Formats: sequence, C-alpha cells, structure tokens
Amino acid sequence: MPATYEPIATTTLSSSATSYTFSSIPSTYTDLVLVVAGTFTNTNSGGNLRLNGDTGTNYSTTALRGTGTTVYATRSINRSFIAGNEDGSSSGPWIFIWNINNYANASTYKTVLVRASDAGAYVSETAGLWRSTSAINSITFITFDPGISSGTTLTLYGIKAA
Amino acid sequence: MANTYTLISSVTVGAGGVSSISFSSIPGIYTDLCLKFSLRGNRASVYDQIYLDINGGGTAATARYVMGNGSSASSGTTGAQIALGTGSTATANTFGNGEVYFPNYAGSSYKSYSAEGVNENNGTEAHASLFGSSWSNTSAITSLLIYNNGGTISQYSTAYLYGIKNS
Repeated sequence: MPATYEPIATTTLSSSATSYTFSSIPSTYTDLVLVVAGTFTNTNSGGNLRLNGDTGTNYSTTALRGTGTTVYATRSINRSFIAGNEDGSSSGPWIFIWNINNYANASTYKTVLVRASDAGAYVSETAGLWRSTSAINSITFITFDPGISSGTTLTLYGIKAA
Repeated sequence: MANTYTLISSVTVGAGGVSSISFSSIPGIYTDLCLKFSLRGNRASVYDQIYLDINGGGTAATARYVMGNGSSASSGTTGAQIALGTGSTATANTFGNGEVYFPNYAGSSYKSYSAEGVNENNGTEAHASLFGSSWSNTSAITSLLIYNNGGTISQYSTAYLYGIKNS
C-alpha cells in the first residue's frame, strides 16, 4: 500500500509561544491536515491560521459553533487570519483539526475547514478562505493573546491522492 | 517515509446485530487514534444516539455539542454520546457515518477528543452533529466500546480504528 498520510513535521512546545510556523512545506501532497492539541495561557485566547506569512486582510470565515447552551452562526470577511475558535473564551484543552485541501495549486483561492472543540466551553466547525492563488508553503498557527502553552502539540500531515 | 495512518482493527456487524462494538488491547505505539464508523441502530426513530465508553467506562466523559436537524440547530452538554446515528425508522439501507479523533491518547493528561456524525436519509428529518469531549482520566486509552441507545447495532454496520504516528 502506498504511503498516503504522512507526517511532515511535528513539535511539542517546550515553552509558551504566540505562534508556531511550519515552513518549507513540500508541494508533493494533495491535501494537508494540521492537528493542534493543547492549551492557551489565557482564558480568552483564539487559535488562528495564517498562510505563507500573509498578514493582509485576505481571509474570510463562516462558522457554526455551540457553547452547550447557545448556537451561533457567524461570518467574518477581510480579516488578516482564519479564526479556528471565534470567541473561544477558554484556555482549553483545545483540539483543532485543520483540513487544507488542494493546497499546492497555483490557480485557485484556498479553502480551509477546521473543527475546534473544548469539552468545557465550545465546539465549532469553520470554513475559511484565503484569497490567494499562491501554493501554500508555510502555515502559521498563531494566537493574539499571551500565548500557546508549553506542552501543546502541533503536527502537520500530508495526504496524497495517489 | 512510513505510512503512519494504520488500521488497528475493524468490525463488520453480522446477521442479528450486536449490542456493542469493542476495540481492546489498543497498543500505545501511536500518537493519535481515529475511529470511523457507519452505524444503524434499532431505536424506533429516524435517529439513534451513539455512545462511547473508554477503558471500561469507569470514568464518565463530558461533552458539548452543536447539531442541526434540517430545520433548527441546538447546543447542549452530554456525557458519552459521540454522534446521532441512524435509527430503525429511517429510510432503509441508510447508515449514519461518523468519526472520533483522539490526540495524544496514550499520554498522561486528561484525554480530549473530537467527534462528528451525520445520518442523512432523504427523509423529512436528518442530523449533523459535532461533539467536543473530555475523559477525565490520565490513563492511556486501551479500549473503546461503541454502543447505541436502541440496544442493538444492526447488520452491515462497520467501525474502523486507525492509529496515527507523527513520525
């Protein structure tokens, strides 16, 4: 059987950080999956994604989320990141599973699907768009609050269609 | 580079159905686990709740969910439930599909996991659901037991457990 789901890179943070970047991502896969499991250092932190280091307002999202009592459907446009857990309001532990499909093509804008959950706070599914035709060669998981906690694991997988 | 998405075990339910599907003696050699299932239960409804026990069920799980049924959405808290599957009054031959992802299942911290399920059946009601769950136990996950509200998981239901390595 051919190898079709391969780890590209992984890290376990040895100290808190505001971001972590996977760079020099090879273009040899069809899709990417980023799994992030861990906590934040602040109770009001969000896990976000930036692609190819683009800090422009080139991202938009549509999200469905539930808090255990209330359902929200939200949209954000012209942002500088894709929010994985909009209004998370919890330090976690969180799980983020980011699916980044057809990431290496240089013809279309890129769509991202992320499932985020914290059993104590929140569960959501978010569709994100990056308005760039560039192939994705770096992915940054970033928070704009104090930090991603030490011990958080981030693993990037590549999936081949054949 | 090695293929790291490895089938640990699978179950296909035979004639007469079963009361549960179990995976035991799960090795601790992977980083994450992924459980994929296609289930139909005998609950007299278009849907049947799907539950999961970990390591024999001695520690209860907690979860939050969000779900939609085609006309409204809701969110709540629950315990061992991981999906709304397909019940016995749903369109014949339809099975609810779902997935549960367990990061760091063999670690020494409490185990968080993420689940989702759908039970589309071309009828007047169907469901899509997301669950965020936590098992407050520091033990490595070594067994999983899937069961349903109706009490019997029907023939042709399937469950696959995969191990995922990050290196």
